[in-house]
Amino acid sequence: MMPLLEVRDLKKYYPIRKGWLNKQVGNVKSVDGISFDIMEGETFGIVGESGCGKSTTGRSVLRLIEPTAGQVLFDGQDLTAMNANELREARTQMSMIFQDPYASLDPRWTVERILEEPIITHLNLRHSERKHRLQELMERVGLSSYQATRYPHEFSGGQRQRIGIARALALNPRFIVCDEPVSALDVSIQAQVLNLMQDLQDQLKLTYMFISHDLSVVKFLCTRVGVMYLGRMVELAPKKELFDHPLHPYTQALMSAVPATSPKAKKERIVLSGEVPSAKNPPIGCAFHSRCPIATDLCRSTKPEWREATDEHFVACHYV
Amino acid sequence: MNSTQPVTEVVQDPEAISAFREGWFKFCQVMKLFLRNKLATLGLVLIIAWTVVAVVAPLIAPYAPDATELDAKLQSPSAAHWFGTDQFGRDILSRVLHASQISIWTGLIAVAISFFIGVPLGGIAAYYGGWLGNLIMRIMDIFLAFPSLILAMAIAAAMGPGLISAMIAVGIVGIPEFARLMYSQTIYLKEREFVEASLSIGVRNRTILMRHIFPNALAPLLVRITLGMGFAILTAASLSFLGLGVKPPLAEWGAMISDGREYIITGEWWIVTFPGLAIATTILGFNLLGDGLRDVLDPRLRTSRK
Repeated sequence: MMPLLEVRDLKKYYPIRKGWLNKQVGNVKSVDGISFDIMEGETFGIVGESGCGKSTTGRSVLRLIEPTAGQVLFDGQDLTAMNANELREARTQMSMIFQDPYASLDPRWTVERILEEPIITHLNLRHSERKHRLQELMERVGLSSYQATRYPHEFSGGQRQRIGIARALALNPRFIVCDEPVSALDVSIQAQVLNLMQDLQDQLKLTYMFISHDLSVVKFLCTRVGVMYLGRMVELAPKKELFDHPLHPYTQALMSAVPATSPKAKKERIVLSGEVPSAKNPPIGCAFHSRCPIATDLCRSTKPEWREATDEHFVACHYV
Repeated sequence: MNSTQPVTEVVQDPEAISAFREGWFKFCQVMKLFLRNKLATLGLVLIIAWTVVAVVAPLIAPYAPDATELDAKLQSPSAAHWFGTDQFGRDILSRVLHASQISIWTGLIAVAISFFIGVPLGGIAAYYGGWLGNLIMRIMDIFLAFPSLILAMAIAAAMGPGLISAMIAVGIVGIPEFARLMYSQTIYLKEREFVEASLSIGVRNRTILMRHIFPNALAPLLVRITLGMGFAILTAASLSFLGLGVKPPLAEWGAMISDGREYIITGEWWIVTFPGLAIATTILGFNLLGDGLRDVLDPRLRTSRK
């Protein structure tokens, strides 16, 4: 299968400037050279703790943040090389669902205006066609069209996220970046929204890039999962493989933190010591060595290579 | 054949009606909150009163504003001249009433100048940032470095004294305040996710600035407009007092105080007192209204109050 999205050595550095001459004294390496492919129709998960650069990755892929280096190929075309007009055109093919449904909808706009904004921006539809599309979108995400004239504050969190999803679908995109779309919602509502997202994927043949820190959500929805730590990808594998046979010590620690589904199930919890080092000056060698239970001098001096350990299972660790 | 026939849509949308009702309901709620604030209500009443006076001044003024009565000079308040007369025998009441027109117009035009130049400058500076944003805001800082009255005097003097140049001068002096307010609002709003959402759809920057950021910044701007009206009227009156505003014999509060100031020591207090009271009540009205609006429109302040 052809990958729909290819990310090649993506980097996003934020310069640290000091003094009144604004001299650059260093970089915050939010995303430090990651590569992955997303296949058409799959749900690609990215997990990691807060601050590891997963949201920055998602936004850089859509060029909502300008990447410092690297390439993002969407359907073979390099998004990073596009000018403003080409990029605007490409945005009809991809969209984003945001984390906070309270902040991602303009409080002064009605649902109708919010959902018609992408249509008006890109398509030249007649009034009746637009209203028809609006009704279709609202029904698709489980809202009633009579709610179109209401403002976002009149909806619950779950309904607001449905509005956000409807907006992301407005132009019939092929690819949607979902930045923790359910982490701001109640658990009972999370399931509804996740089911909706899965139904939409089946109906509309969508490809998702799903960013989350919630492993159970990722396990439910994703086909392949990448694990990020301090701006780098440490492991990437099909979901089942990753959850059953985590190879990287960090992934193993993450997996052991997932609460067991049965109280009888015995699990060994791997507790990591210390804090995540600052991305301002990440450790030399393997970024994880300062907290790794099996780290050696090799890890402290040499950056581990990104390689395929078993079929389709990529990892960056010297001891796998 | 019938393609030329115009399509008429019957507007009988129950949704639109309910939206209107909801809007009206919201407005009523804000008004209720507002009217609970006694001082703000006083401010509103003062401003409405002065606006009505300005509109009907020619009808209710007992004399023409520049009609001189040489045998009735410097008369104290009486039944014939409620506010007394000045050194040329002109009726102070009639002049105060007529002057309200000039003051309100000055306020409106000056604030309009400040608003329509300051708000776009601040918005552009904050949204696009970079060297352009820096340049704009540093120029605003230069304006703010001068005491506002001194700057207004300099501008008015450079353009030549007169009502129009006073309005423009006061308007220019008010630009940085609006620019800074819009700047801070835009800095805050442009990082919000709904702006990012519009960007991710491919909406143009200027559309985002006008359709998303500006409407969300409107509440604090409205407060600034109200307070700015008071400032503009006061500054314009000060310019007239200093001889840089309206030219005699046109009635203007500041100019009237200026004309009457020599007579305070000789006991003719009414010449300066009544225009002074007019200025004071107008400014007080705008300031009280502005403070009240700020409380009502800012939900954070609303909850922190009883």
